[in-house]
Parts: sequence; C-alpha cells; structure tokens
Amino acid sequence: MSSIKIELRKQDIEKIREIAASFGNDEQELINVLHKCQEHFGYLPAEVQEVISEALQVPLAKIYGVVTFYSFFTMTPKGQNPVSICMGTACYVRGAEKVLEEFKKELEIEVGQTTDDGRFSLSSLRCVGACGLAPVVMVGDKTYGRVAPDDVKDILKEYS
Amino acid sequence: MDKKIKQLRLVLRNCGFIDPENIDEAIARDAYLSMGKVITEMHPAEAIKIVKESGLRGRGGGGFPTGLKWEFACNNKADRKYVVCNADEGDPGAFMDRSVLEGDPHSVIEAMAICAYCIGAGEGLIYIRAEYPLAIKRLKTAIAQAREYGLLGKNILGTGFSFDIELRYGAGAFVCGEETALIHSMEGLRGEPTVKPPFPAESGYHGKPTNVNNVETLACIPVIFSKGADWFSKIGTERSKGTKVFALAGKVNNVGLVEVPMGTSLREVIFEIGGGINNDRKFKAVQTGGPSGGCLTEEHLDTPIDFDNLIEAGSMMGSGGMIVMDEDDCMVSVAKFYLDFTVEESCGKCAPCRIGNKRLYELLDHICKGKGDMADLDRLRNMSEVIKDTALCGLGQTSPNPVLSTLDNFYDEYLAHVMDKKCPAGQCRGLMEFFIIEENCVGCTACARVCPVNAIAGERKEPHKINKGICIKCGACMEKCKFDAIIIQ
Amino acid sequence: MDTVKLTIDNKQVEVKAGTTIYQAAKDAGIDIPVLCYMNLHDMGIENKPAGCRICVVEVEGRKNLAPSCSTPCQDGMEVKTNTVRVLNARKTVLEFILSDHPKDCLICPKSGDCELQDLAIKLGIRNIPGEDIAEVSTYRLDTSPSIIRDLDKCIMCRRCETMCNDIQTVGALSAINRGFRAVVAPAFEQNLEHSSCTYCGQCVAVCPTGALTEADHTNEVLRHLANPAKTVVVQTAPAVRAALGEEFSMRPGTLVTGKMVAALRQLGFDYVFDTDFAADLTIMEEGTELLRRLSAHIDGDKNVKLPILTSCCPGWVNFFETYFPDLKDIPSSARSPQQMFGTIAKTYFAGKKNIKREDMVVVSVMPCLAKKYECQREEFSSNGNPDVDLSISTRELAAFIRQANIDFRSLGEESFDNPLGESSGAGVIFGTTGGVIEAAVRTAYEMYTGKTLERVDFEELRGMEGVREASIDFDGLELNIGIAHGLGNARKLLDDIRSGKSKYHAIEIMACPGGCIGGGGQPRHHGKSEILKARASALYLEDRNKAIRKSHENPFIRELYSSFLGRPNSGKAHNLLHTGYFDKKKKIIVKQ
Repeated sequence: MSSIKIELRKQDIEKIREIAASFGNDEQELINVLHKCQEHFGYLPAEVQEVISEALQVPLAKIYGVVTFYSFFTMTPKGQNPVSICMGTACYVRGAEKVLEEFKKELEIEVGQTTDDGRFSLSSLRCVGACGLAPVVMVGDKTYGRVAPDDVKDILKEYS
Repeated sequence: MDKKIKQLRLVLRNCGFIDPENIDEAIARDAYLSMGKVITEMHPAEAIKIVKESGLRGRGGGGFPTGLKWEFACNNKADRKYVVCNADEGDPGAFMDRSVLEGDPHSVIEAMAICAYCIGAGEGLIYIRAEYPLAIKRLKTAIAQAREYGLLGKNILGTGFSFDIELRYGAGAFVCGEETALIHSMEGLRGEPTVKPPFPAESGYHGKPTNVNNVETLACIPVIFSKGADWFSKIGTERSKGTKVFALAGKVNNVGLVEVPMGTSLREVIFEIGGGINNDRKFKAVQTGGPSGGCLTEEHLDTPIDFDNLIEAGSMMGSGGMIVMDEDDCMVSVAKFYLDFTVEESCGKCAPCRIGNKRLYELLDHICKGKGDMADLDRLRNMSEVIKDTALCGLGQTSPNPVLSTLDNFYDEYLAHVMDKKCPAGQCRGLMEFFIIEENCVGCTACARVCPVNAIAGERKEPHKINKGICIKCGACMEKCKFDAIIIQ
Repeated sequence: MDTVKLTIDNKQVEVKAGTTIYQAAKDAGIDIPVLCYMNLHDMGIENKPAGCRICVVEVEGRKNLAPSCSTPCQDGMEVKTNTVRVLNARKTVLEFILSDHPKDCLICPKSGDCELQDLAIKLGIRNIPGEDIAEVSTYRLDTSPSIIRDLDKCIMCRRCETMCNDIQTVGALSAINRGFRAVVAPAFEQNLEHSSCTYCGQCVAVCPTGALTEADHTNEVLRHLANPAKTVVVQTAPAVRAALGEEFSMRPGTLVTGKMVAALRQLGFDYVFDTDFAADLTIMEEGTELLRRLSAHIDGDKNVKLPILTSCCPGWVNFFETYFPDLKDIPSSARSPQQMFGTIAKTYFAGKKNIKREDMVVVSVMPCLAKKYECQREEFSSNGNPDVDLSISTRELAAFIRQANIDFRSLGEESFDNPLGESSGAGVIFGTTGGVIEAAVRTAYEMYTGKTLERVDFEELRGMEGVREASIDFDGLELNIGIAHGLGNARKLLDDIRSGKSKYHAIEIMACPGGCIGGGGQPRHHGKSEILKARASALYLEDRNKAIRKSHENPFIRELYSSFLGRPNSGKAHNLLHTGYFDKKKKIIVKQ
C-alpha cells in the first residue's frame, strides 16, 4: 500500500490532465506521461497515478505495474539532495560498495529511502558512463570522482 | 596520444571533431551524403544488398547480420513500418552509444533514414535512456536541424521519400535492450519480452514490421555507403567486419572508449592501448560483454576479438564493455556481482530468470561466505546450464555466463573457496579471520570499544584477543587500530 | 489448407501450419506438461506468456530449448519431448518454482486440486536443493468478502491477469514489481476490496495454485447447523446441479439435482429449497418491468430508458456500478434470485412457519463468488440481519459433502421441499448464458400478447458466442435482444448504449464466460471448454423434462402473489424484491 497519502490540489489535477492531453491522452504514451509527471512532482504518488489512469483510460493496476517495473520511477519523494552511487562494474571493482555502505551508515537509511528530515535520499545507479573516475558518487547534479569511504563525511558536510 | 595507435575511428569518426549541435559541421564532414546517394540513386533492394555485402553485424550484443534483418523487414508487406534505434544502453561499464549520440547524432539520424528507405518505413523512433539528458538534448537539436534542412520530414530531397523521427524514453530497465521488451516499453507497457517468433520484422511496434538496430550499428551505415561495402568488409575478421568500440575500464592505466578493427587481440587493447595494469599489478582476467559475457584469462589474451571467438571462449561481445581485473579481484565475487545485477534487472516474467538467477546469486553468496561445498559447485553449473537453456529472452539466456566462464577459467578459485575456505584474492570477508598481533598491541582498548559485537577482550595495557566465534568480520577494529596490530588472514 | 510435417519423439505428424508443438504433440498422444499455459478453445480465452518454461522441448538444430506452448511447428522439425536434457531442465525449473513456494500442502485449500502439486508429483520432486539458503517471497494475506489472495503461492502464470484484463476488462489485477519481487496484484498492492474488482471470480477459476481461492464459509454453515435454535434453510442455484457431480468424478454434464437434495438433507438442513423458484419470481418482476418500460417507450415516453438490462448477476452489477455508473438506472431494479429468495424466505416463509427472522439462517449454494459479496451488501439486510446469511460455492458444498462422509454417487434422488422448491424450466436455464432472457421471453410474450406461446425453445438465444443477438416476434412487435457473457463482451454492448448506438430493447449480461455454469465457484474446468458446453446441455435437458416451462405457470409463484405480494411490481413487491444501484466509481480526492 502506498505509504504516503496526499491530496492533490485542483491545479495539480489540471497539470496532470494537461500533460496527458499533450500526449493526446494516448495510452501508449503512458511512460512519457509518467516521465513528465515525475519531472513536475518529483515523484509519482498514488493520487497522481489515479488521475493519469482516468485521463488515459488505463486501469490503475496497469499503471502501478508500469511504475514499479521501471527503476527510474519512484513513489517516494526524493530528498533535497539526492545521493546516487554508481554501481557499474568499473566503480564496483574500485570499491563502490564500501562507499555505499558508508553513506548508508552516515545517513542511517537504506537505498531507496529518504532521511527523516527530507534532506538526503540514497540511490544506487547503473553505470553513469564516467568509469574513468570510478568510483563515482553524484549529489544532485554534482559529480564526485574517485570517492573513498573516508570522503563520505566531507561530501555530506558540503550540504549541511 | 599513443593510446590511439591501434585505433580506427569509424563509429566515432566525428566525435570530438564537430560541434554536435551544428548540422553544418556534420555536413562538412559528409553527413547525409550517403543518405542522399541511397535515396536518389538506389533501389531499396540494391541498398540492402550493400549492407549485406558489408558483413555488418548488430553491435547491441547478438551479432545478427544487419542486412539480413533489413531484408526481413523489407519483405514483410504492411501499410506502416517502423525503424527503431535502440539507445537504451544499459550494460554496466559501457557508454559508447552515449558518446555517439552526444558527439555525432546526425550519423544515427542519417542511418535511420537510410534504413527506413530500404525497408519502406515512414516513421522512426529512438528509444533512449532518460538518464542521458545531454544525449537527448543533442538528438532533439539534431532532429530539428535536419528537418529544417529538409533531411527529415516530407518529400526528402524532392525524392518523394518521407521519414521523420520521434524520441521515446526508457525508464531504467536493462531488459528493455531486448527488442521485444523495448517495443512493449514504447507501447506504454511493462518492458517484458515476448517469445520470438513473431520477430519484430513481422510484428513489432503497433503490430507492424519493425526494424530495431542499436546506435553503434547504425553509426556504421553511412560509412558503408560512402566508402563501399568492399572497403568496410576488408576491415575485421572473416565473419566479423568493421570496427568495435569498447569501453575499457577497471584496473588499466588508460580507461575510456577505444575503437579498434575486429580481430584486434585483447592484449593489444589492454596492454598497448590501455597501457597495462594499474600499479604494475598482475593481469588476472578481462570481462567482456557485461552481465551477459564472461571472464577471460591470460590464455585468451592473443585471441583476435570478434563475435564468434568471444563466444567460443565462453564470453561474448555484448555491447562492448571491457573490464580489466587484477590479482586483487576475486572471481567468485565478480560472478556474484554480475548475478546481483541480473537479479535486480530481471523482468520476472519467466521462472528460470526470476527465481533461478536469484538462486544462483544466493549460492555464490553462500560460497563467498565459506559455507559452500563441492556439491554446490555441481549445482551451480547445473542451474546455470538450465537457465541458459530455458530462459525466455537474451537477458536470461546469457545471465549465467559470468558464472559458467569463471567456473571454466577459474575453477581453482572456486575450489579454494569451498575446500580450503580461503579467498585467494582476499576479497571475501566471510573467509577471513581477524587477528591481533600481540607484539604490536599496546592494550589501548580502542578496538574493544569500537567492536559492535563485543568480540574483543583484554585488560588495559595488555594485548587483546579476538573471539573468532563472535567476530562478524566487520573490520571496524582494524580501521580503529593505530598500531597496525590487527591483520586479516 | 497449409500443413507442415514434423517428427515428435520420432513419431511422424502432419499438422495445420501455425499449430504449436504442444498442440501437435497432444494430438499425437504425447502429453507435454504445462503450467502457465491455458487455452479455452473456441471461447477466445488464451494465456500463453511462455513464462513457466515447464513445457520446454528439444528442437533439433536450435541452440536452446523451445517452449512448446508458443513455438509453432515448422516443416521438417525434429522435436524431442523427453530427452535427458529436457527432463533435467524441466525438473530444475520446477525446483526453482517450488523453492519460492510454501510447502503447506497439507492445509492448503487447493490441495488435491492444484496443478503445481500435480506437476510436482508427476516429475517426482522429493527435495528442493538449496532450500536452506533460499529466500522465499512473502506477501500480506488479502481477505475480501469473496476472494482470498495468498500471493506467497503465486507462480506468475499470469492467468488471472489475462482473465481480469483481456477477458473481463476489469483491470483490477496487473503484474507489479519486477524480478524476484514480481507478482500479480491490484494497484498499490491494496486489498481487492479497495480495487475495482467485481468479485467475478474468474481469476480464482483459473489459478493453478492456492494463490487465489474463495472465502470459505463451510465452517460457519456447520456451526449454524449444529445450533438447535436455528432453522437453517438452503437454496441451490441452477448451475450447481449441472456441475457438482464433477467433484465426485461424474461425467461433466451429469445432472445431480436429486442427489444434491438428498445430500443437503443428510447434511442437516431443515429445508432444502431451490433458487430456481426465485428465478421464476425474478422473471415475474423483471418481465413486468420490461413490458412496462417497453409500453411506455412505444407510447412515446421520452423519460423511459431502454434497453433494460438483466440484474441477476452480482459480478455484472459490481461492474456497471464501477465502470458505468452513469447508466445505473438502465438495469432492471429486480434483485437477483439469491436475494429474492432470501427476502421471501425470511418474510413469507418465516411467517408461514412462525419462525422469528433472527432464528432463521438462509444459506445459498452458488456457482459464484460474487454472491458472497452480494449477500453482505447492506441494502439486503433488515436491522442488521442479512436476507441471505451465507453463500457457499459449488466447490465448498462438494468439500462439505466429502467431510460428512456421504457417498454422493450412491445417493438416491430426492425432491426439493415446498413451497420454495418448485420451479419451472425457465428458472433452470438461468444458469447458462441466454437462459435468463429466454425465460423472460417465455413469460413476457404471454403477458404482452395475451396468447399462449407454443414454441418454448428459443434456439436463437442459445450458444457460446460472446455477443449474440436475436429478434423475437411479439405478435407484430419485433423485440430486439442482445446477449453478452464475459464482462469484456458486456463492455462492448454498454459502450454502444452510452454512445446511443444500441438497438436492443433488452439485454442479458452474465459476468462469467458461459454464464453461471462457468462461474468462479464451479468445479475447475482446467481449460476444457467442452465441460462448459456439457453443463449448459444438462440445464437445457432439465428444462425440457420439466412439466412447467414458463415462470408464470409455477403454481407456488401464483400462490405467493395471491396470498402475499399482490401482483408483480406491486408496492410490496417493490419493497421486498427490488433494489437500487450505487455509483462506485473511484473518486479522486481534491484538496480544497
């Protein structure tokens, strides 16, 4: 069950309908609609999916099935500073797992979670194509290369 | 720049040489010349013949002959057909498609138009990872400029041939690299593969004949038409023509993209272009083909790289990831790493992939923890072979390759894990023991205080001892000790 | 016709081009085991995701094994279904499936009727290698009024998803998550109760394991029977008698009405009645309503809505309340036979027998799972006391009979009690698609024309096509009739009504393919559509054998009206026998 129940404002509903309409309310455009909605809301809470279901005439269960299939879509809001650790092979070989463990320890959250204060969220990424800098960590749009577990505290400090 | 000695840039011919956001610069380097030639001077069958004669094979992983694929799509009659560019690059450690899309988007657009002309399609779709914002931006710019120049759209170059391209976004599912899954994803569905036949060439997007090629394959097309099938087919080996781009990474001195003729040896790529192993460590293995490929050893270093040789050696070309490993890498852990990826990325539709890969992972983990026995190694092989034999799509059918290739090439390392309970590379914590060297220990108690399970005991200013039965091998004590008194064995 | 020649296990076979290896082998007498595959021939129901990989076979020249359920035969193919490679693969894959499946077969409701269990027996699985280190996926148990979802037992065959989406177009279920966590569930993994589920039970009907089962009420029935203070009345729906025998290894299509009555009596029910009686009553009410609306329409009344839709199927009622609430004043307001029976039993019959309402328990035996939900609807109760207390399925009754040590096959034939046990042939055919409307026509014709209907059998209304239509001559008035079974087919007719294109005066809709004979509570057909046809024939046979074939000629119905209800659609009849419908469309909550 969705852990977070939100109520949509009228303009939010209008926004979703507008996005759906911009894709001709075509059910085949579901993934594009989800992308746009996530861009707008930051995540895809149940209520947003309900409005999409109505606009595209796609059963809600199918939409949820799609949302939970693709790792890019999320039903939990991201933190203000989303921390992503690349777990591509090059990064793994160069110790990304230890870096990830350190972030988990420091933030006291698991991958896919957001800290209670909403400041950080943690995710692991597939290869971001910066293998030369392995292991790579991204906080928001900023990339950190050759990160060692010892650097984790300093990186987080930049955002406090 | 000695890194480029052995390289031959066909796919990456324009990357870095043009401003990818300026179509004039691309045209100055012959972009759209091939397309112009094909659509004004050639019959589709003629053009397909050239692609067939070039010997080009799909760069996305399978190595299927591109010309043949086009011919199938051409021969299936329908009112609508589609050309799809697979830009859902997802192999961990591979980013050549992104480089092409960011550095030379016109080569892909031009190739798609040629393909469309050949098979009789009017619409093209590029399925691209949403995680590639720059590539998306450059593609959009390139498409808009091409339209402006009349190179896309209605009645291109006054020939009556019309073709246009739209973008579709992936959303983070590796399995969508599989063409049927990709098509379902473009239709707004879960990216689950379906059984072939029917092939997309008969029934693909919207149930219409659809030709799916990956970015690197498409990027070869304009060159084939500008320089000729003959010229192209002279590059490479007997059954693998042209060049291949590899993403060289791992424990080598020079990392990055390299493009070499098919038939170049692994040794040339790793030791000459890659500049050898980091820190003068010893080469142990090279993993090619990402999660679908396998780990090759010293003895394969001189094998000419091509589709068939790699498969014979127990790996595969895949999309061109090439990860170099040294003696510090545990091959059982590497297999486990790839399985972890597959388990994460399995779509869950077929039982062997959904459950079998999970079981493979669990068993590898079991072995890494020092709890495996000889029977487990047999089971590992049997499960791998059955998954390979029964899984629905290419993802599942190749997912056991990292296990099978390491079993074949590094069996001793598996034996060490299950028989001697040792990890030769010193990577598997479960197989390590932490000791306190009495002479070095000053009895500061720092280790005892940091130990999360109270496994360390000792009087103040006396050497401490680790209770092996309680120790969880977290390594906290070792990090804390300022006197190098704690070691692992 | 194009054919292809191939060999299967060295047997030469020639089949129509496009035939799958599985089907070709089956026709050649080679039974390749399947698990996810399901095909109800000629009903347009097919499920072949090729996901379980149990049916794999070796094809000469192919590098991996081929799923026989979805691989078409090709000329010159050499297929082997039982090589060591195939057997090992099949067994290993089954071990994979079982490694993520609970082993509580002893107390599983599907034990003995489980396709996974059968397969484990067939392949001789004795242990699951690596079980000690295998993670098993677990999910929250979902108990709705009708259906229990125990997804720990889901094997991702996707049959339920196919039924719910492709056939029923309900869309309550979808595959969710991916990889090892993939499972079939409603949106947000909510309980079915909060989803758009109609409780049609078709997912339960096709589930090969214990993942989807009915809410079992046999223990509650037993408790009531054991209570001497309670008068326990049972009613049995028409489709039950045509299928119950299958549970006791009788040939599909065997009518077991008399044995069923005998068994119910042995089980200790105080009165054994027939829902068919209430079906006759439904015809009186619904037929009258049809004629009233029809006449008003002919007289030019613009406010009257046509077509009239039947309302006896609770899955269908849930469907239009959820998806077509804008049309909720079109269906007949007549309650379903189950509910008419309940209210008559607890008013008319209880009064006659001087039994207090709270001392009477009405149990129904139904081919249906939605009936379990229907009898719990608030509007069908009086001061909290439901008109029908409990509804059990045909399968539950069979289990109950077995528990009670009754040798069903050797039972003698007994008759229903009166007055609520007598019915016409029209009431009987309610159990199959087209039956309700045929029953209505038999009565409405005579009511409308005042003439005797000579030809009682309306073959044009019978059959198994998903959507059918016929025109019946009502003495000069052409009555256009539409029939749909399966909610996907119903949706087509409703879309036409919504867009004003419908040309029908009356439409019969049944949620389940085949009508009640194919209900979610019936013995499992295991993908054999011949079974459904045999059940339908059995009902038509019982109809033919009845002395009375028209509802309005049922003497006990006449008696009920003359002594209790007055006339059809009277005020009293309205209070007791009619209902209203609700808008159950999901609403989006808006923050003000």
